[in-house]
Amino acid sequence: MTNHLLSIEELGADGIREVLQLSHTFVEVSARAIPRVPALRGKTLAWLFYEDSTRTRLSFETAAKRLSADTMNFSVGSSSVNKGESLRDTVETISAMGVDCIVVRHGSSGVPWRIREWTDASVINAGDGWHQHPTQALLDCFTIEQRLGPLDGRHVAIVGDIKHSRVARSNVEAFTALGADVTLVGPRTLLPPSLDGWPCKVSHDLDAVVPSADVVYLLRMQNERMNEALVPSMREYSMGYGMTMERVGALADHALVMHPGPMNRGVEIAPEVADLDRAVMVDQVRNGVAVRMAVLYLLLGSGVELPVEGV
Amino acid sequence: MAERERRMSPPFGGVFLARSEVLSESDMTRALRRIAHEIIEANHGLDDVVLVGLQTGGIWLAEAVASHLAEIEGVQPPVGTIDVALYRDDIGLRPVMPEAVTHIPVDLTNKVVVLVDDVLFTGRTIRAALDAVTDFGRPRAVQLAVMIDRGHRELPIRPDFVGKNLPTKRSEAVDVHRGGVDIGEVQK
Amino acid sequence: MNADLVIRGGRVVDATGERRTDVAIADGVIVDVGDDLAGDRVLEADGCVVSPGFVDLHAHLRQPGKEDAETIATGARGAALGGFTAVVAMPNTDPCMDTAAVIREVLDLADGAACEVVPSAAITVGRAGEHLSPMAELAQLGVRMFTDDGTGVQDDRLMKRALEYSSGLAPFTDGASVTLAQHCEVDSLSEGGFMHEGAWSSKLGIPGQPAEAEDLMVMRDIALARATGARVHFQHLSTAGSVELVRRAKASGLPVTAEATTHHFTLTDAACAGYDPVFKVHPPLRTDTDVAAVKAGLIDGTIDAIATDHAPHTRHDKEKPFDQAPPGMLGLESALALALTELDLPLPQLIARMSWQPARIAGIDDRHGGPVAVGRPANLTVFDPAQVWTISGEAMASKSDNCPYEGREVRGRVRHTVTAGEAVVIDGEVQR
Repeated sequence: MTNHLLSIEELGADGIREVLQLSHTFVEVSARAIPRVPALRGKTLAWLFYEDSTRTRLSFETAAKRLSADTMNFSVGSSSVNKGESLRDTVETISAMGVDCIVVRHGSSGVPWRIREWTDASVINAGDGWHQHPTQALLDCFTIEQRLGPLDGRHVAIVGDIKHSRVARSNVEAFTALGADVTLVGPRTLLPPSLDGWPCKVSHDLDAVVPSADVVYLLRMQNERMNEALVPSMREYSMGYGMTMERVGALADHALVMHPGPMNRGVEIAPEVADLDRAVMVDQVRNGVAVRMAVLYLLLGSGVELPVEGV
Repeated sequence: MAERERRMSPPFGGVFLARSEVLSESDMTRALRRIAHEIIEANHGLDDVVLVGLQTGGIWLAEAVASHLAEIEGVQPPVGTIDVALYRDDIGLRPVMPEAVTHIPVDLTNKVVVLVDDVLFTGRTIRAALDAVTDFGRPRAVQLAVMIDRGHRELPIRPDFVGKNLPTKRSEAVDVHRGGVDIGEVQK
Repeated sequence: MNADLVIRGGRVVDATGERRTDVAIADGVIVDVGDDLAGDRVLEADGCVVSPGFVDLHAHLRQPGKEDAETIATGARGAALGGFTAVVAMPNTDPCMDTAAVIREVLDLADGAACEVVPSAAITVGRAGEHLSPMAELAQLGVRMFTDDGTGVQDDRLMKRALEYSSGLAPFTDGASVTLAQHCEVDSLSEGGFMHEGAWSSKLGIPGQPAEAEDLMVMRDIALARATGARVHFQHLSTAGSVELVRRAKASGLPVTAEATTHHFTLTDAACAGYDPVFKVHPPLRTDTDVAAVKAGLIDGTIDAIATDHAPHTRHDKEKPFDQAPPGMLGLESALALALTELDLPLPQLIARMSWQPARIAGIDDRHGGPVAVGRPANLTVFDPAQVWTISGEAMASKSDNCPYEGREVRGRVRHTVTAGEAVVIDGEVQR
């Protein structure tokens, strides 16, 4: 693993496996009465969140605290950024304070790649525009393998607004890197304009895909998509691509329903589906902490740096 | 020398080249049995005694001591395992091995914890283990059993039960395995 | 007669052909062409091509309004170093070049610059696409090209009116015609997009600007040019579709003209993979197929001119996130080398697309692009077509350094530039 986690593609299949394997250690730590180890004592992490994200930030915050790292929040809403400070100046300011890691979320695709050039700290991408959300993909892989065993040979359907989804982009790369078959399901308007080079199948027919799926991964459907004439109405979207109880009936017994949250109950997922045992959203959130601990530990704690003297 | 070090390749680890045998397999069995007796004696029996083997070299030793204890006293104390990688102050030295699990079967509060490891050297592993153990409760006492004490302590830590005191050079390496104990060098 | 300046030993290439000859210049005019000429100052041109000065139809000199990115003086210096003796300044300044006052200011600032700066003016007031600018008044000041560059005129009726009106401006121009140059892009299709819509934008998660946004407006303006008989010039063609549309329009006898930029035949959208906004430009870098089509269009003459769309931006602005950074890249000092390196075009045709063809489109062919002959204004470029060099934004005369060709090895470099009889660049060094 390099010093940064920006995308699943850069992490690669071996990197994904390394994180997933180590995550088990941190599931165990998280289950302890005192779920805290001193592994990252003395390390300082900065949250640089240009987009609101309570869930992801809390998950990272919990992971960092369980590893005894110090954290600071560069809250963009009330800071110099509002006074017109440039991204680079902000990053250089934070770096000058001596942080070891910057966890960044930004509404613009690619921002973590720019930041990486301006700091010596490790950079973790906590979501950039429509592009990548690698820790989400890692926790999704971990959750699937925890329930179903290896992803190799499994069939995952990713359903909904693929075009605007960094979760979809990361997950396609992660699932396929681990050997799963991925089908993207959604109306043409919600698919990326070109799928050249995407290692997955495409379908506009959810009912045809559901029976062979081991995992149905639902994406959040945002209201504003209707204003852009991408779908006629939420009702019509739910009819074609919502996970209803009827569609659950067509699933294999072992098949999982997943969602990165926050869910729109009644739109992409029927309320009663969200409460089924096979709907593993709570597992995703729980595993998110352990997976992020593994990521932080690999980036900041475990580098084999000191030579071994006699043992 | 434990699995963790064996696993690392140069320049961080190396290949262990044995120079001479320090203990034979039967020497070691005798030492383990003696340690078991000493544990019983020091604690007036086995009430509240919990053995905790340190990942990775202390695990099989803890199990071996436990079975001697069972033979002698007719009951086997609980045996746990602990990985101190996440507690070390020299982090970076030893990578976490995912299969080196921490498993503490009982709440350690008011228990007598006997940490078991293969080699006592600088003492830093034991310091980390003391931190780790306290995260699982507040033991009444923590004792330390090691097969080899090779000196060169960097912290005020001493063992309660020792298989063998072995003066070494800093550059030497000690390898404790089921067939005995060897001294030699790690070839980079 | 005693010459001020002699260009010695070069190979002259102009619209009339090719010959080895010295060129003597006095009082801004070519006074002699022949062997072993003498003068006060000699510019050695051994191994070099001597051609009519280059004309850039498309440069953003940023003054007035954005003087931290570029000024007319610095932009003209870069132009001279690139071999340009004239550049058409785009009107998207602040304030916009849509009134006589701003045009006069630009002409004032251009006085004494290292090349001739020819202001274009906006088609609509404030380039807002709502009301026509005072075209006749602007034409009286010498403006021959009107454009809302940066955006296309979206409203069909307004564009038709602009074409109709512009074709009747002869009384204000001493009979010269004016040209409406159009940045072709249908906003409703490309709005909110920041790079070419395709495989790369899909992978990178950057909203796209589809090729059809350009194609549709080219299609519309061809129809309007046919309907009105007015002169339309298509700026920076970037798609295979638009090149083909222009090809067919020309084949049907329509007097439309077109330009392509150096970056649209050199770079593809793959360059955006690192999210460096230095590769963000408008229209966006397209695919290999589009690059090939632009090259083919330049080679077969569908595209008349090579333009730079020189668009300097401060480092501060180009360090914004990709979607927030302003579009544009430097082009003046790298244009000749990229044309020579990237295009499989014989020298006379290549020079035609950099000199006399754009001069005609800009309406400045009375003084630029003409043959190297006695009596002609001395606007000349001397370049070594074989010199290999490495591009560096830092080393450029521009105030900005948003050069997308950093570190690229290219062939062909300007040695001397003579503007209005003055050697403004000597041995690669700008003199003013």
